[in-house]
Amino acid sequence: MTLKARVIPCLDVKDGRVVKGVSFVDLIDAGDPVEAAKAYDAAGADELTFLDITASSDNRSIIFDVVTQTAEHCFMPLTVGGGVREIADIRKLLQAGADKVSINTAAVKRPEFVAEAAYKFGDQCIVVAIDAKRVSGEGETPRWEIFTHGGRTPTGIDAVEFARKVVSLGAGEILLTSMDQDGQKTGYDIELTRTIADAVPVPVIASGGVGTLDHMVAGIRDGHAGAVLAASIFHFGTYTIGEAKQHMQAAGIPVRLDTD
Amino acid sequence: MKTAIIDYGSGNLHSAAKAFERAVHDHGLAMKVEVTADAESVRSADRVVLPGVGAFADCRAGLDAVAGMVDALHEVVIKKGRPFLGICVGTQLMAERGMEKTVTPGFGWIGGDVVRIEPSDPELKIPQIGWNTLEVRREHPLLAGIPTGPEGWHAYFVHSYHIAATRPEELIATTDYGGPVTAIVGRDNMVGTQFHPEKSQKLGLALIANFLEWKP
Repeated sequence: MTLKARVIPCLDVKDGRVVKGVSFVDLIDAGDPVEAAKAYDAAGADELTFLDITASSDNRSIIFDVVTQTAEHCFMPLTVGGGVREIADIRKLLQAGADKVSINTAAVKRPEFVAEAAYKFGDQCIVVAIDAKRVSGEGETPRWEIFTHGGRTPTGIDAVEFARKVVSLGAGEILLTSMDQDGQKTGYDIELTRTIADAVPVPVIASGGVGTLDHMVAGIRDGHAGAVLAASIFHFGTYTIGEAKQHMQAAGIPVRLDTD
Repeated sequence: MKTAIIDYGSGNLHSAAKAFERAVHDHGLAMKVEVTADAESVRSADRVVLPGVGAFADCRAGLDAVAGMVDALHEVVIKKGRPFLGICVGTQLMAERGMEKTVTPGFGWIGGDVVRIEPSDPELKIPQIGWNTLEVRREHPLLAGIPTGPEGWHAYFVHSYHIAATRPEELIATTDYGGPVTAIVGRDNMVGTQFHPEKSQKLGLALIANFLEWKP
C-alpha cells in the first residue's frame, strides 16, 4: 500500500571481521560478517549496512570478498561504506553485490566526487554519510557542523548546507549520524534529523544513539527519517529486528512484516 | 537449457546471478545460469535476463559498447520469442525513450517513456527507496503464488524513474507511491520489473523461479 519504514542493522567491519561481534544468535563465528549478515537476512532486516573501518591499506580489499560472499547468501539490499574514494572503488563494490555505496570523507574533501559517482551509477546508488556535531550553545539557534575522522576533526562546514549541496550534486540518500549521540543510547538527535530530512528531497537514514525501540519510532515519526539504523541494540540481542518492527507498527508506522 | 544474464558493465550482476542460481537450485531446475558479455552466447540462450543499475543513458551506452549485443537481444527476444526478463534499468531500456539527464532511445518494445516519478504528496522523497507491495493490473505467470495487494509480500525498490506505460495492456503491476508507479511491464514473451527481484528476498526468489519456468 505504501513504502515501509526501514530497519537497518549496521556492522562495523575491520580487516574482514565484525568489530565487537554479534551475539544475538548462536553464530558459529560471531566475528564473521557473512554469518552475521545471514542472521540479519533471516531475521527480516530491511537492508544491511557494512561500514569498513579497516585502517591499513594492505587489508582494504578484504571488504570486496566480504561483500561478494554476502551477496551469495543474502538476497537483500546491501550498502557498503568506509574508504570509498574513487569511482573504481564504487564499481568494485557494486560488482561484488552492493546496491548502494556510502561516501563520507571523500564527499567532504571533494564534493564533486558525489556528482561524478551519481552520474556514473545513478543517484539512487550514492549515499552520502554525514557525521554531524552540534556546535551551537544553549538557547542559540541550533547549528551542526560536519566532523570527520570519527568525530574528531571539525571542518567548519554547516551540516544542513552540506546536505543540501551533496543532494544537489546527486546523492540519493543521506546517512546521518549524530556524533553527540553516537554510542550514548539516549536516542537519535531528533532535531538534527528532522532539520536535515526537511531540508532535502531524498530519504534520510537516522543513525547514532538508539537505545530503545521508542527511539526508532521517534526517528521516523518526529525525525522524518525514512529508515533507522542501529548497531549494538541488535548485535547484543537487546531487541530483535522483529520486535523493533512490531513496536513501530504498534506506534502507527508502516513496516514490512511479511518476512519469514 | 541456458539462462544468459547480460554483462555490459552495469552493477548488480553478481547478486543477480547468485539469485538465479539459488532459484535454479531450490526448484531443481535443469538450467545453467551464465553471465555473459558475448552476443553469440545470448543468441543461443533459452532465456535472457537484462539487469541494470544506474543512469539510463550510461546503461544504454554500456550496452551499445558490447559488440553485437543489441542486435542479439532483438533477435533472441523479438524474432525467436525467447523469454526475457528486465530488471530495473534493464526494464526501463524496454521502453521507447529514457528521459533521465538526457533523451536516450530505448528498445521500443514497451509503449511509453522512462520519466521521473512524481508523487502527488510532495512530502514523499525521491528516490523511492525501500519495500513496497504490488497491485496487480493484469494476471501474469510471473506472479503465480505470490501474495499481492496491501497485505501481500514486499518488493525492494530503489529508483527515481519509471516507465510511464502508454498501453494499458502492457502494465502488469504497479506500486503505490503517492499514486501508481510502474512495477512490472510486459507483453508476449517479455517482462520487466522496476524493483530488484535479486534483492527482494522471498518475493524475488519466487518471481525468478516463475520466470525460469515460464512458457509464454
